[in-house]
Amino acid sequence: MKARRTSAVSLLLCLVAAAACGGAARTPAPAAEPSAARSAEVEAIFRARQDSARMRYTEADVHFMTGMIAHHAQALAMAAMAETHGAGPEIRVLAARIYNAQKDEIATMQKWLRDRGQPVPEVHIDGGRVMVHGSHDHMHMPGMLTPEQLAELDRARGPEFDRLFLTFMIQHHRGAVVMVRELFATDGAAQDLDVFRFASDVQVDQTTEIRRMERMLSAMTADGGTP
Amino acid sequence: MTDRTTLRTARRRSTAARRWSPALALGLLSALACGPTLNSADIAPGTGPTLEQRTVARPGGARTADPRVGLRAGLLDAEEAIWNMRLVSTTPPARDFIGVTNSDLAFTGNYVIQGNYNGYQVWDISNPARPELVIGFLCPASQSDVSVYKNLLFVSGEGFEGRLDCGTQGVPQAVSKDRLRGIRIFDISDIRNPKYIANVQTCRGSHTHTVVEDPNDPENIYIYVSGSAPVRPAEELPGCVSAPPSEDPNSALFRIEVIQVPLADPTKAVIVNSPRIFEGLTEPPRHGPSQADLEELEAARARGAFIVEIQGQPFVLPDRYVDQMLAQFVQRRGGTGAPTAADSAALREALPAMIAAMMGEDDEPEGERPGPTQCHDITAYPAIGLAGGACEGYGLLLDIRDPKNPVRIAAVADSNFSYWHSATFSNDGSKILFSDEWGGGGQPKCRAGDPLEWGADAIFTIENGRLVFQSYYKMPAAQSALENCVAHNGSMIPIPGRDVMVQAWYQGGISVFDFTDPKNPIEIAFHDRGPVDPNQMVMGGSWSVYWYNGLIVSSEIARGLDIFELVPSEYLTQNEIDAANTVRLEYLNAQGQPHYVWPASFALARAYVDQLERSKGLGADRIASVRQALDRAERASGAARRDALTSLASQLEGEAAASTDGKKVRMLVDAIRDLAAQS
Repeated sequence: MKARRTSAVSLLLCLVAAAACGGAARTPAPAAEPSAARSAEVEAIFRARQDSARMRYTEADVHFMTGMIAHHAQALAMAAMAETHGAGPEIRVLAARIYNAQKDEIATMQKWLRDRGQPVPEVHIDGGRVMVHGSHDHMHMPGMLTPEQLAELDRARGPEFDRLFLTFMIQHHRGAVVMVRELFATDGAAQDLDVFRFASDVQVDQTTEIRRMERMLSAMTADGGTP
Repeated sequence: MTDRTTLRTARRRSTAARRWSPALALGLLSALACGPTLNSADIAPGTGPTLEQRTVARPGGARTADPRVGLRAGLLDAEEAIWNMRLVSTTPPARDFIGVTNSDLAFTGNYVIQGNYNGYQVWDISNPARPELVIGFLCPASQSDVSVYKNLLFVSGEGFEGRLDCGTQGVPQAVSKDRLRGIRIFDISDIRNPKYIANVQTCRGSHTHTVVEDPNDPENIYIYVSGSAPVRPAEELPGCVSAPPSEDPNSALFRIEVIQVPLADPTKAVIVNSPRIFEGLTEPPRHGPSQADLEELEAARARGAFIVEIQGQPFVLPDRYVDQMLAQFVQRRGGTGAPTAADSAALREALPAMIAAMMGEDDEPEGERPGPTQCHDITAYPAIGLAGGACEGYGLLLDIRDPKNPVRIAAVADSNFSYWHSATFSNDGSKILFSDEWGGGGQPKCRAGDPLEWGADAIFTIENGRLVFQSYYKMPAAQSALENCVAHNGSMIPIPGRDVMVQAWYQGGISVFDFTDPKNPIEIAFHDRGPVDPNQMVMGGSWSVYWYNGLIVSSEIARGLDIFELVPSEYLTQNEIDAANTVRLEYLNAQGQPHYVWPASFALARAYVDQLERSKGLGADRIASVRQALDRAERASGAARRDALTSLASQLEGEAAASTDGKKVRMLVDAIRDLAAQS
């Protein structure tokens, strides 16, 4: 575990707010002057603070973001099967939403890593095939489907695919929630506000989706089982 | 008629009906008919493709020919598009808050308090063209959502970096005595010098919160805490339990927190209740019926299809099940061959009872199928005793007449909704709009390819305590992949006689729309900027926007504080704007909805006349003569004015019955009578 990095910029900014560090402090400022000089100053501070905010991360944050890219990529692979495996309409809409959401989130995580000069796992999507380069031992993350499970899902069609998809995606999402919990339980983690916000969003979105999928699965099972 | 999942009272939590999915009921119908096993693909409301199928098939639908499309990027010099509004001022944040997320707003008197992940800023907006910074209070914690009540200011803290001492150094340890996650309380008796007087720590922190007055308890106010982050370890805050309620009844999941704040001594604020308002929420989500669904259902009805009602939702029985059941009827009467018209009639008559019998059975053990674990926003509307809860996978209607003990009245789920985020009632309380913050606000969900039903608003009517879906609304201009965009916070604008709302869409800008006709919301004004950054997604846009005493005030995440005014257009007249601006609020909180009351004014009467002109509720000649009569009355005074107004009101009252918009004519009559009474 690395200690939090403090750049010169963030140190400077902390000094600017010196009166504030360690106590409730106020910063009365003159009325806003929307002049060119003021705009240039705001721009400069904005960029500097965005840069310094990127220096608050820890090894745990990097590990989480790197791993979650591979984790999300597997969800893309599963979701992409819905169109070609005879999924029912409810599963297709669920899969389309998961695909859209997690693809965008992968871009967010890649940008986060790139902004911090970290290696960025690349995800290649070619039809239903999804490959990840640059993320190590991702098969051991919580909730990841084994190659056997993926193959089983790939073999299924129609209602059997629907049932397996829900079962495996619940497992997969639960794993993501565990990853967030592990991150938050780590000293120094998620002090970076982008990480906290992103991980919190993953946690609430996927928790909500797990419950939705559990209800869909139980309604399906209550139908008397799938053929 | 609706195919929306609508749940009744929480009290009836064990009734079988609520746990019966239509699919399950139809499955049993087929079992009854000794038919083949029903699979889920057979189940669709109406007869044709479901809305989901259409949604997936249709590539988006956002407008690509719109002045908001393709705006040039920039932090303070982005290109802008504006329609039917005027930008009065844009004020960048004070130094300590630049480059740090601006969050929600609260208003008191001439002040607007703007939350920021680094604390909050207080602006004096007496002169909206030049907001003056009163104080910037550095005290980091995300999200720093703010609310006011008299001399008190409440600030939400959820992130891991929030410190009890307001320090900026963060809290690196996973378990720490220094961490604040919950509600901070400030005394703002002297708003230039806020005093940090108390904290209430909560197990999941406070993402947002709701201040609720109890009309029967003037000594206390109540705060509903919404926190969606994971539960804190018990070592950090004793009593916090992350295990589910089935393992530990003290679980911090599946509940909200109610804090009581004694006004005489706010430092004694304490959690007094943790109501489990989600108990028994088990329904699978359904989407709202589109116009096409409804048309298909009508067509099915017209051709004599068998339609069964399950939980108030119409379902067309597939032919093969009808055939099987009819065959049974034939068999039962000892007949053979094709079923007769009499068999058909007998089945039609027997169907409701067959369905009811099935719904009455309860052979399934009560399982652990918990609903949401938290709400995102709860909008309290004390004037009507209701709150709208936007809670993960559900939209809830809560009875808050006893604020300490909110009770769930109804709930809806929707397969087009990812994450129920916030709620806004129409002023008369007959409608409620829920928003879906798909992607959490940090993602670009308004691209041309993103469906208009996703990350949108869903508009419901409230009918006998039930929520009935009407339509979706989404800011219609396609945004770039560099702009985080999804439905977010807003408020009603007090245009009399209409339901008009202003809403923030992050970098999708702000959108003003009219949902007076809940089936056909239309946009009537907007403002939008290009992306913050030309090359990459940088968080920005309007976090929230509210109408406050004639101004439309927006918290811009990256750029600061924007203040707008409405300008007249074909959709909105100067009289309607003037009438709205007669409404005065002493304070406003994002999650506390005020009841708008219009004082008597000529602007109000003229606004209704304008609306009657628009709806053609009165003829053009009559509109002109009423306007002249109002002008004459305004020029007169005392008894002459009173008599003129009374006479005009009487005439109009006689015309209401013949008008195609009699309700509006009567509103005009009342407005004129109120004017006469004060003359």
